[in-house]
Amino acid sequence: MRRLLRSRPLWIALVVIGVASVLPVWLSAYVLGVLTAGYYFGVFSMAWDLLFGFAGEVNFGPTFLIGLGAYTAAILNSRFGLAIPLCVIAGVTVALIGGLLLALPALRLRGPYFGLVTLVAVLLLQNAVVIFAGVTGGEIGMTVPDVLSLSAATNYWYGLIFLVICAIILFGLSRSSMGLILQASGQDPIEAQALGFNVTKHKLMAFSISAVFSGMAGAMLVFYMGAASVGTLIDISIGVQIIIAAVLGGRRSILGAALGAVFLIAAGEVLRPLGQLNTFVVSALALAVILFFPDGLLGHTLRRREAK
Amino acid sequence: MSNGLRLEVSGLTKRFGGLAAVKELGFAVRAGEILGLIGPNGSGKSTVMKLIMGIERANTGQVKLDGVDISGWPSHRIARAGVGIVFQHSRPLGRQTVLENIKLALLPDSLWRLVADAGVDRKARSIAEQVGLGAVLDRKPSGLAFGDLRRMEMAKAIARDPKVVLLDEPFAGLTSAEVEAFSTLIRGFRDAGRAVLLVDHKVKSVAALVDRVLAMYLGENIAEGTTEKVMSSERVRQVYLGGKIESMDRAGETARGQAPLLEVEKATVHYGKAQALEAVSLQVCEGEFVSLVGLNGAGKTTLFNAISGLVPYAGTIQFRGRSLQRMTAGAIARGGVVQCPETRELFGDMTVQENLDLGGHHLPAATRARQLAWLYELFPVLGSRQTQTARTLSGGEQQMLAIARALMMRPALLILDEPTLGLAPVILNQLSEALQQLRQTREMTVLLGEQNVTFALPHADRIYVLEHAHIVWEGSPSRFVEEMGTIYFDDPVTLRRS
Repeated sequence: MRRLLRSRPLWIALVVIGVASVLPVWLSAYVLGVLTAGYYFGVFSMAWDLLFGFAGEVNFGPTFLIGLGAYTAAILNSRFGLAIPLCVIAGVTVALIGGLLLALPALRLRGPYFGLVTLVAVLLLQNAVVIFAGVTGGEIGMTVPDVLSLSAATNYWYGLIFLVICAIILFGLSRSSMGLILQASGQDPIEAQALGFNVTKHKLMAFSISAVFSGMAGAMLVFYMGAASVGTLIDISIGVQIIIAAVLGGRRSILGAALGAVFLIAAGEVLRPLGQLNTFVVSALALAVILFFPDGLLGHTLRRREAK
Repeated sequence: MSNGLRLEVSGLTKRFGGLAAVKELGFAVRAGEILGLIGPNGSGKSTVMKLIMGIERANTGQVKLDGVDISGWPSHRIARAGVGIVFQHSRPLGRQTVLENIKLALLPDSLWRLVADAGVDRKARSIAEQVGLGAVLDRKPSGLAFGDLRRMEMAKAIARDPKVVLLDEPFAGLTSAEVEAFSTLIRGFRDAGRAVLLVDHKVKSVAALVDRVLAMYLGENIAEGTTEKVMSSERVRQVYLGGKIESMDRAGETARGQAPLLEVEKATVHYGKAQALEAVSLQVCEGEFVSLVGLNGAGKTTLFNAISGLVPYAGTIQFRGRSLQRMTAGAIARGGVVQCPETRELFGDMTVQENLDLGGHHLPAATRARQLAWLYELFPVLGSRQTQTARTLSGGEQQMLAIARALMMRPALLILDEPTLGLAPVILNQLSEALQQLRQTREMTVLLGEQNVTFALPHADRIYVLEHAHIVWEGSPSRFVEEMGTIYFDDPVTLRRS
């Protein structure tokens, strides 16, 4: 416990959270909105990092899990009028089941095939949403009658609290015995098995956890935005952004993924005046970080201190 | 358990494609016994370990642990049942400390235990103490010396408290002091009543340690018994030293005295912490056939890769008086130094003809056609397989294709790395004849890396022996025949002991 209290990262994290929680006092509703979206993206990225950074599996379809959670919640709310908490729980359940159905066969495949299967899953979901437009609103999307709050500040706090809770759980898991076994399974599955670990079982668990958090964040995001659409939740480009955010922040660090996501969303907004150039500049920036700091921003600073 | 047999293997067979890596192998190891499994590279030793561990599946045969049939079980279950393995190459968790790496091995295979028991930490520390890692517990693996990294792997094996320990070349790359320390650890396994299967390619490095030896060659048991018995076995000597050794000194001129074509001066290579090559110097003169003899792991491939510009090195390597240090691998190959790698690196889905065309794509059409015709003459079997894809060729044919493709590049210096690896004796003869023809008919300089002395000797004008990253012997083939017994079998340590 004493070591925990003396660790610098903990204090830095507390200061960051402290500053973030009083931001609504100064910032405009618009900026708060941007940050709120960034927080939900942070959860997406952290959930992805648990799977890639620790279990070593590249999931090209984080939006498959997000989309399942989001659309389940949205449909139940708008068609059946279920309360928000129930919709979120249902979204998590469907994301978990869908994730397991996908991962069970996919994890048996070797090499790049796991990634390809997850990529195809996104396309399938995207098409399913468009085909069953009667229920899902198709390409236009659907609105939900209930929202978390109408106040930008309240929404902001919801997002921040959600991010912090998810970060504590995911970071804790990554530092637990489970995280250790997962890293061993990701780095050298043969040796991990020779040490007596059922690698498939542990990777499946990591995928399930990733699915739960992705689905939950997806459902929450729907009730923050008041709408669900393919373009904002499922599209491949959203998945790519989540992946870039995690790599940008520093893979295998969980918290880096959250920072990367907030940074990416904020940078997109700051550069919006550039118009078409906006995406280009953000992408170029991400590329530069990946090329020059392959460990990511947070990973890079951590690594430098380790080297000393 | 009644008869004390911990591990029983019977009728074990594993085929990879058409090649049988392990054939009808059977043996048993008792509790408190160390069995040495020896054999030259490619004889199937590692495959046996993987089969026992469940990493590969046997085609037929049975593996029993304390009388329970464990064949076909997944690895993790075999591990939980009490089989531990120390891999030769492992990738420790880089961001965790040594202590955490050892703790990993102590964790249960449970999804729900997020916090390790208090006993785990204590146990990990005591194991670390035991293997001599006490001082570096809080370091990251990247900050460890090579020997300590291997110690950590041993610690992980001990942590699993296995009934059977499989050790894959535990002494590779260690200093002699470390070899002593590891031997003590392995004896500790025996004293603790574990059954130990120790794989090594050299008899002499394990002679002092093992209770019994089983020698393998091409997947088969060729001798079994005490170290003395196995070492004096005719078949074993034949496999290691070759049967009748022929050396053919080339009539007429010796190439020595001429300006060297290739000159390696004090080349040194390290892979991370492991020393692969230490101040190696050698020369190859124009028109000369030089054989570099050494067991697997001695550093032959590393030296060839350094020459070809594939690994960074210290020291100088000159070709025709020009340093190759700053040249890219591609430029070196175009400059005339062509390597035919051990792994062959053929394009499996392309036909024989296409593979050869790729080798000669830079040649003018007429030259290429002439070169091709000559190669089909040199390797007639390739001529009859022109339209077959490389993947479907036998191992020997693939090797010929690899050599032919290297020759298509019209090398000034041809480097052949272990061309005989895993080939049947009949193929060896064909290959040998082709090399002989090459040696007599062409102005060709060849550097041949081999552990099969029988194959290397007839084709050599000069021989270097590489051992543990050092050149330990240099001389003519005839002198080699005289002194070879001493070079290969007599070990200063063993001599002192007896």
